[in-house]
Amino acid sequence: MTESGNDLNGTRGITEAGGGVGTLTRDDFASDQEVRWCPGCGDYAILAAIQGVMPDLGIPPEKTVFVSGIGCSSRFPYYMNTYGVHGIHGRAPAIATGIASARPDLTVWVVTGDGDGLSIGGNHLIHALRRNVNLKILLFNNQIYGLTKGQYSPTSEEGKVTKSTPFGSVDHPFNPISLALGAEASFVARTLDVDRKHLTSVVRRAAAHRGSSFIEIYQNCNIFNDGAFIALTGKEGRSTNRIYLEHGKPIRFGPDASKGVRITPDGRAEIVAVGEAGDANLLVHDEHRDDPSLAFALSRLADGPTGPTPLGIFRAVDRPAYGDGMEHQLRSAADQQGPGDLSRLLNSGDVWTVN
Amino acid sequence: MSTQIAPPEGTDRKELDRVVIRFAGDSGDGMQLTGDRFTSVSAVFGNDLATMPDYPAEIRAPAGTLAGVSAFQIHFADFDILTPGDQPSVLVAMNPAALKANLKDLIPGGLLIVNTDAFDNNNLEKVGYTENPLTDGSLAGFQVYEIPMTTMTVESVKDTGVNKKEAERSKNMFALGVISWMYSRPLEPTIAWLEKKFAKKPHLAQANVAALKAGHAFGETAELSAFEIKPATLAPGTYRRITGNQALAYGLIAASVQSKLPLFLASYPITPASDILHELSRHKNFGVRTVQAEDEIAAAGMMVGAAFAGHLAITTTSGPGLDLKSESIGLAVSLELPMVIVDVQRGGPSTGLPTKTEQSDLLHAMYGRHGEAPLPIVAAYSPTSCFWAGIEACRIALKYMTPVILLTDGYLANSAEPWRVPSVDKLPDISIPFASQPNAGEDFWPYLRDETTLARPWAIPGTPGLEHRVGGLEKADGTGNISYDPDNHHLMTQLRAAKIKAIEEEVEPLEFDADEDAKVIILGWGGTYGAIGAAVRRLRNRGKPIARAHLKHLNPFPKNTGDVLRRFDKVVIPEINTGQLSRLIRAEFLIDTIGINKVRALPFRAGDLEQELLKIMES
Ligand code: SF4
Repeated sequence: MTESGNDLNGTRGITEAGGGVGTLTRDDFASDQEVRWCPGCGDYAILAAIQGVMPDLGIPPEKTVFVSGIGCSSRFPYYMNTYGVHGIHGRAPAIATGIASARPDLTVWVVTGDGDGLSIGGNHLIHALRRNVNLKILLFNNQIYGLTKGQYSPTSEEGKVTKSTPFGSVDHPFNPISLALGAEASFVARTLDVDRKHLTSVVRRAAAHRGSSFIEIYQNCNIFNDGAFIALTGKEGRSTNRIYLEHGKPIRFGPDASKGVRITPDGRAEIVAVGEAGDANLLVHDEHRDDPSLAFALSRLADGPTGPTPLGIFRAVDRPAYGDGMEHQLRSAADQQGPGDLSRLLNSGDVWTVN
Repeated sequence: MSTQIAPPEGTDRKELDRVVIRFAGDSGDGMQLTGDRFTSVSAVFGNDLATMPDYPAEIRAPAGTLAGVSAFQIHFADFDILTPGDQPSVLVAMNPAALKANLKDLIPGGLLIVNTDAFDNNNLEKVGYTENPLTDGSLAGFQVYEIPMTTMTVESVKDTGVNKKEAERSKNMFALGVISWMYSRPLEPTIAWLEKKFAKKPHLAQANVAALKAGHAFGETAELSAFEIKPATLAPGTYRRITGNQALAYGLIAASVQSKLPLFLASYPITPASDILHELSRHKNFGVRTVQAEDEIAAAGMMVGAAFAGHLAITTTSGPGLDLKSESIGLAVSLELPMVIVDVQRGGPSTGLPTKTEQSDLLHAMYGRHGEAPLPIVAAYSPTSCFWAGIEACRIALKYMTPVILLTDGYLANSAEPWRVPSVDKLPDISIPFASQPNAGEDFWPYLRDETTLARPWAIPGTPGLEHRVGGLEKADGTGNISYDPDNHHLMTQLRAAKIKAIEEEVEPLEFDADEDAKVIILGWGGTYGAIGAAVRRLRNRGKPIARAHLKHLNPFPKNTGDVLRRFDKVVIPEINTGQLSRLIRAEFLIDTIGINKVRALPFRAGDLEQELLKIMES
């Protein structure tokens, strides 16, 4: 980093790590704190996958910040040997926006859940996505409140019976992918706690994306909502219901890739038998399509993870990242007006002298 | 630019030592601008002055109604003055609504200048006048100048090519011209200002200049009373006029420069604090980052994030916003990171009186968080003191690694006064070092404290080897690891309090100014400084011995506060609330206090304070 870059970001006195980043291992990213999720919780698999992928990203631990809110998932930063802030309920995207826009030199991750990110913190989440703050947002969706012991969440299905809804929930749930797309997110993906390979590949892509990356991770809460994703993780569903989106390829899934997705004349996405519809009529997935309506249509294929459900990257488009735009304004102001001169500022305007 | 301007020569002018003028009109009449121009010229002319705008909460209430009246008061003098004046001696009323809303404040025998063109039946009816006050004899106690300003303005601009509406809108410049003649203010600075402002619309510049000159010429030919107010004797130096909000913005930039940290401001628009956001947004060449957040909560969260990232992090707000930020401020107390929350107090509760002033957030600043979450409180006391307060709040935040609440108020925010520009070399160096090395053997402990200040080290992301996690969960002293240990929680609660208390060791002692034989001390804080000072002056002129002191640090109090107050028989605390400082003083020092509490959401009047104080002194 240049001298002036350090000044602008306020990182005076910091010496960059020597030795490069090629030698990093998983251990460099794992903290010594005892992990305290319930045995069998899907969070373990996600933590292992993230710790596993971090050394490959080429970003040293000291340049990495994990920010969370409140909830089971939000303990995540304590387990990473990076910089971290365990914030307050729902506010992680706001805190992370402060960090990322102050310091474009850092890679900032947000770990949140369906209650934290979509309920109490919904406003911050959508505005972070709209601004395209340079954040990697991991939303662990277990469709339940875990830490408060099992109330329904904004992604719980209608009719959900919980302690706070003994007669069944009458709330309609969010579809997090639709929400993120509606909030102008530039990178939107979905993956699954138990599919480490896919999770890792999506995370890698998200890390490389400049701007907001939003990843919904289906995460099993085996204590309060066990089996919520069984349609995707069960023996049969695993092969019949996972629709893996691959850029540039016709969308096919199921045993022998016998099913596919096509767009109806009125713009909906629908599932068809490839044999009947014909391969040529299937939707060819295009992550980079500027217009989000096809991505949105794909997100509506499944209201919840109860049947065929798309996984992968729905959208990945380039849009200037918020912190970068801000830094650009600072640089051009300094170029045009010269660096700030306090004495000149204080003595500006109509001044007069008294002798 | 530095200018010396002499008053117009050749007129027989009566000399006055001070004048209070209030310009009042419809929101659309441009009274704030008129007042602002008059102020600017008076400042450069060398008078001491203080101003106070008074505008409605509605952006454009229906024309001609009482709700839509906008006013601007200026007090200017040939000596050092302390307030914008209790009551105007001159009232400019551009319509019946402005007259009705403001006449009660005009001093008996005061000068009233009205735009007669606006006194038609329609406008009179709108505000409930059944008779025209200009003709029914009700203004007999005042000296009235009736001027058909609209007609004369339209006539004066007819060659400039403006349309009827534009012509009529220039009448505020006509009014300014009249007043400028009466009080011997030069027109040239305003003409230059108009030409610059309307550089892209020269016909508007021409029209406004024509109206201004016509008003001035009218004053002269109609032989209106003419006065002269000599420049005040101010301490030598370079001066400019500044409002509290602008001074605060400059103070924050100065704090950034003096701490060698980039300034990061996250705020949500709210009256009367928004101008700080506006001002700071203009100074990007100082490396100032400003974010207009999605809400007050986000603004506070971003401030916390920026503080963690190593910036000088600020949020600005007013009462309702402070409510919303409380949760994040509690987190900041727990994280022990430096940042400043500016609360420009306004009338409450709830939406209350957004454009008015109050001192009613002191206890909120002190206690408005769940759990025990102490933090330092600094209060500005005059518009120009906001500059000092900005630097002082940042200094304490950085030195003690703590959020600080800085209280100003709606009056300080919008009022302007001359400011002797400080010399930059005299500003304090408030920089602190970032942590750069492990501090516990090979490890870095984020909560290993400095022995004297109890501040924890500030290790910012990007520093290799000092990676650490902080959060709102209780943490063990030293290591910072999550701790549910009861004794540790007790210790941490005590440490957080002790750290704030320790600041009293270096806060400047409470100064007091006492007459010999004074038995009563007036203790103030915040924006009542000027009014208390003026009241004390009046009492002294009456030969009444009195003492006064003004708190600039509300938490912790200066160490000598109790000792100072105990010297006197009576401690009187005037506040624009129902006694918040009184409660704190009683609780902290077991000293009884006598409150003067008026919650009109307006600054105290020096005359009222004087009367209240006399009663207390004689009782
Ligand atoms: S409650 Fe559920 S989500 Fe939370 S740790 Fe336990 S299993 Fe995981």
